[in-house]
Amino acid sequence: MTEAFPLEVRDVVKSFGSRRALDGVTLEVRPGEILGLLGPNGAGKTTLVRTVVGRAQPESGILRVYGQAPTDSAAIDSRGWVPQEIALYALLTPRENLWTFGRYQGLRAAALDEAIDRSLDWCGLADRAKDRTATLSGGMKRRLNMAAGTIHGPRFLLLDEPTVGVDPQSRERIYTMIGELKQRGVSLLYTTHYMEEAERLCDRIAIIDHGQIIASGTREELVRSTLGNRQTVTIDADAPIGPALHEKLTRMGATVEGTVVRVLADDPPRQIRELLEAFHAENTPIKDLTLKRASLEEVFLILTGRELRE
Amino acid sequence: MILTVARNRLMNLRHDRSAFVLSFVVPIVFFSIFAAIFGSASGRSTTNKIAVAVVDEDQTDSSRRFLEALRSEAGLKVATEVESTNKTEKPAPLTAATAEAAVRAGKFPVALVIPKGFGSVPIRFGPGGEHPRLILLSDPSDPIAPQVLAGLVQKVAMTSMPESMARGGMDEIDRWSGGLTPQQRARMEEVLAQIRQQRPIPSTGGPRTSETDSNAGLVSVEQRAVLGQKRKNPMIAFYAAGIGVMFLLFSAAGAGGALIEEAESGTLDRILSTRVSMTKLLAGKLLYLAWLAATQLLVMFVWGSMVFGLEMRGHWGGFLIMTVATALAASTFGLLLAAVSRSRMQLVALSNLSILAMSALGGSMFPRFLMPEFMQKIGLLTINAWAIDGFQKVFWREEPTSHLVPQVAVLIGIAIVLFAAARRLARKWEAT
Repeated sequence: MTEAFPLEVRDVVKSFGSRRALDGVTLEVRPGEILGLLGPNGAGKTTLVRTVVGRAQPESGILRVYGQAPTDSAAIDSRGWVPQEIALYALLTPRENLWTFGRYQGLRAAALDEAIDRSLDWCGLADRAKDRTATLSGGMKRRLNMAAGTIHGPRFLLLDEPTVGVDPQSRERIYTMIGELKQRGVSLLYTTHYMEEAERLCDRIAIIDHGQIIASGTREELVRSTLGNRQTVTIDADAPIGPALHEKLTRMGATVEGTVVRVLADDPPRQIRELLEAFHAENTPIKDLTLKRASLEEVFLILTGRELRE
Repeated sequence: MILTVARNRLMNLRHDRSAFVLSFVVPIVFFSIFAAIFGSASGRSTTNKIAVAVVDEDQTDSSRRFLEALRSEAGLKVATEVESTNKTEKPAPLTAATAEAAVRAGKFPVALVIPKGFGSVPIRFGPGGEHPRLILLSDPSDPIAPQVLAGLVQKVAMTSMPESMARGGMDEIDRWSGGLTPQQRARMEEVLAQIRQQRPIPSTGGPRTSETDSNAGLVSVEQRAVLGQKRKNPMIAFYAAGIGVMFLLFSAAGAGGALIEEAESGTLDRILSTRVSMTKLLAGKLLYLAWLAATQLLVMFVWGSMVFGLEMRGHWGGFLIMTVATALAASTFGLLLAAVSRSRMQLVALSNLSILAMSALGGSMFPRFLMPEFMQKIGLLTINAWAIDGFQKVFWREEPTSHLVPQVAVLIGIAIVLFAAARRLARKWEAT
């Protein structure tokens, strides 16, 4: 018999007043994978996570963690949750925080001590174990937040935007920690609104918008299914784009933002030549020109009609 | 620019309901409570009579008239019988012993014994000579009642026993004038009989005299405290309990506020996603709050015993029982306030308002016996009143622990009701 998926979500609906935060969400997290849940603010990412950890009750649909209801004790033991907020006791030390959440997860005695030591090493705070949490840097608190959510060694972890407000160096550290979790075989649902994070960390990506999953698959699958073989041509002009050029470019299907012109090209050599001719005809110098294969950014733009960070 | 700063603060105040309550509602509530307590010129108004147990051992015409005059005093509520514990039995007349027991048990702040021979001694002015004697038994935890009664007794003696005073005068004339003739004596007796038939003049207002026990009055009042004679400071237990309970409530409300902080920081969500249920969480908080409250009371009373001579020896049993019951009630109150409040600021406003009001009404700030009767009854709705009564029973009246049943039952009852209410209100933090 095959084991149930770490997470199965089928047609889940959740409303707040007249607003539908989740509008028939369906997705699953497969064993050992990192599923990225990508969407702009307010798309329903956190609501979905809260239903999975039993903190919000869906009106309809099915939610299963390893085949169990989210509030079932087996589900509670096998899943971990790292909330978006730094949900820690600021006056306590990292060790005391980990002790508290370890006990709440049912650990005790030697197993608890061992889990605390392992977690402190994992998040790189062994040397700050006895300082007050309030005195830690933002990045350290984020790491401790992750350690508190994984102290009991869950097989399935929900990470809700763990890098929000974190400096690049700390972000790298967090990526390393996530890599270690994956190596241990932990399955992850990773919510983010950073495209590059999703591209870098996730095995598969589900794009959520207005409470609905509008696409899911690997990065390549998403790009191919949405954009086919199109590539992105980007031109950065060295002077302001005049109205005549602007009109020509728009007719050619380009988007113009300030001095940056972007075109999704089916036939790049031909379209690049036409673009260069237009710039030349309007006497507008070019600073930079790039040709890239399309990214998730374009996928998101095509699917939702808006930028991810709007 | 200065006006802009001021206007900005005003805009903030308009949006901050808690600050608004603290600024305007709390002072008005307090003003109202104090006005209700001390609204009349004194705490002792016509609605707040002094209950006095009177024992007439003399059973003479004079003593009966004296007793009748006491009854007609507006400031006194005279009782001459004690109700039997068995409701079917008739109330029994008070004796010196039962009256003393009643004072000791806190049923009356004072008792007055009219001993045998009271009526046979005529009343007279001045310190010399023999005066009719009365015995006043008092509970020093109410320092006002005995003073008022001692003064009233002099007034009542004057108005109720004019013939006795006249007889005193007649005896003096007889003594210093070389003796009255039989005709003069007969005439005097006739006048005395007429005076005796006159009714005493009832008082219209409350007593205001400060005369205490003295032989200089018309009657000699022998005052005796039936409680706490050996104590250095009889009111220490009262203050330890009163102030202790008030601060217990404040610290319970403050500590209960941790729940709000957890909700605001997201920690509560994290906790409730683990094996911890809301009921277990609240029970754990209650355990901590009760421990904190009990320790606070312990520290307070031990300090009282070390510095102010409060006697802990022999009182530990009652103290521990009252401490546990009080700590549980205060803790659940703190939990309830936290569960009601939506923010830390709201909790501060709500706890200030409710705890100060409860403390004022419940006797933490001044003894409840100083308040009008209806305020004393309202006070029974507070944790403070029951806790203070219980601690007074232990330390002041030295009653056996079995007598703490009403106080303990009420406090535990309050704790159960408040915990249930807090649990119900905490649903707002459960999965939505």
